[in-house]
Amino acid sequence: MSYQHELPGGTAWSFPVRAGRLIRLTALGPDANATMLLFGPDRLDRLNVPDTLKAQMSACIRPPMVLMSDRGLALASVTASTLDWHDCLTGFRQDQLLCTELAKHGLGEADLHASINFFSKVAIADDTRLAYSPGHAAAGDTVDLRTEQDVLVVISTAPHPLSYHDPASVRVEVTPATELHRPQRDEAARALEMSRRTLV
Amino acid sequence: MTTILESTLDTTIAAGDGALIAVPAGGRLRIVDLHGNQAVDTLLYDAHDLDNRYSAFDTVREQRAVFLTTGSRLLSTRLDELAVITGDTCGRHDTIGGACSQESNVIRYGEATRHQHACRQTFLRYGAQAGIGQRNLGHNLNFFMNVPVDPGGNLSFADGLSAPGKYVELTASRDLLVLISNCPQLNNPCNGWNPTPVQLLGWWH
Repeated sequence: MSYQHELPGGTAWSFPVRAGRLIRLTALGPDANATMLLFGPDRLDRLNVPDTLKAQMSACIRPPMVLMSDRGLALASVTASTLDWHDCLTGFRQDQLLCTELAKHGLGEADLHASINFFSKVAIADDTRLAYSPGHAAAGDTVDLRTEQDVLVVISTAPHPLSYHDPASVRVEVTPATELHRPQRDEAARALEMSRRTLV
Repeated sequence: MTTILESTLDTTIAAGDGALIAVPAGGRLRIVDLHGNQAVDTLLYDAHDLDNRYSAFDTVREQRAVFLTTGSRLLSTRLDELAVITGDTCGRHDTIGGACSQESNVIRYGEATRHQHACRQTFLRYGAQAGIGQRNLGHNLNFFMNVPVDPGGNLSFADGLSAPGKYVELTASRDLLVLISNCPQLNNPCNGWNPTPVQLLGWWH
């Protein structure tokens, strides 16, 4: 009941995952970056980064946040991570790698949305300036996501668009999730409740 | 300079209403915050290719700053320049806070807000005439809205910096469709719990 796949730096992959699975991403070297797009089961509902951030008053992704869709549903929960900051403000450079991956699912440019760039940090200084933090992630850093609906995960390991380093590989493992996620905030709990209703 | 040219567009948008406006390359569109502290949710599209649409996070990354102001280049998902902010008497505008929707209002404020009007409904209603549907909604600009980010990675909603009569002006770098929702949000301080009308002025040939 588990699956494991290693993405070399500079590649892309997409995979449907059922609700109730644990997806663990592991950085296999310094400056790894895993840009993730996330879709709900109908492939129309998708990750909404601004809604995710403002419901949880955060400018980055970290546990125990819940990743929310346009429809206000929890797509996945960030249950654990060795890092306290995953970038979600600086997107990705649109490339053929990602668009080809989307095309495999009948999706295209119109379906692009703000991504999460796992393992990358773009720090905020002086209230407004953004600066990429080199060396934020090292080999062995992980982030765990619990799927709260059937989702389509699209991952690119292209370098973060503000990084000058060669990207490291990223390992993806999918296993059954054993525990329910318990978020801190009422907003996150409501999004989880909405998703669980659709699964009943 | 703007007063010597007769405007080609002069219209008021009530709080909770919206507009879809075609602005040709070189045209200037001014949004006036008539009563202050309003939030004007705005999406931009290449008029000839809807997939080439405004991208909040490409824009933020390429300018290395979270707020928009005079000189900010508003970029598309293909990194084309759609427009430039060429006038701004407010000082900063948000582009990471997104739009309100019925669904996100329920998450943030509870089930009682489910049937309040929201920006995404306005986007879909006015976008339909140009074929802009759910798939085509990217993440928007929020003119006059103030969403500070601290070094610890926390977000807050602050009182707006805007005041009655402050404006922001865009100059189109190519033929654009501008989709606007004058936010009806009643639940957060972004418009002082009192949404108000805005004026749109346009100059082009």
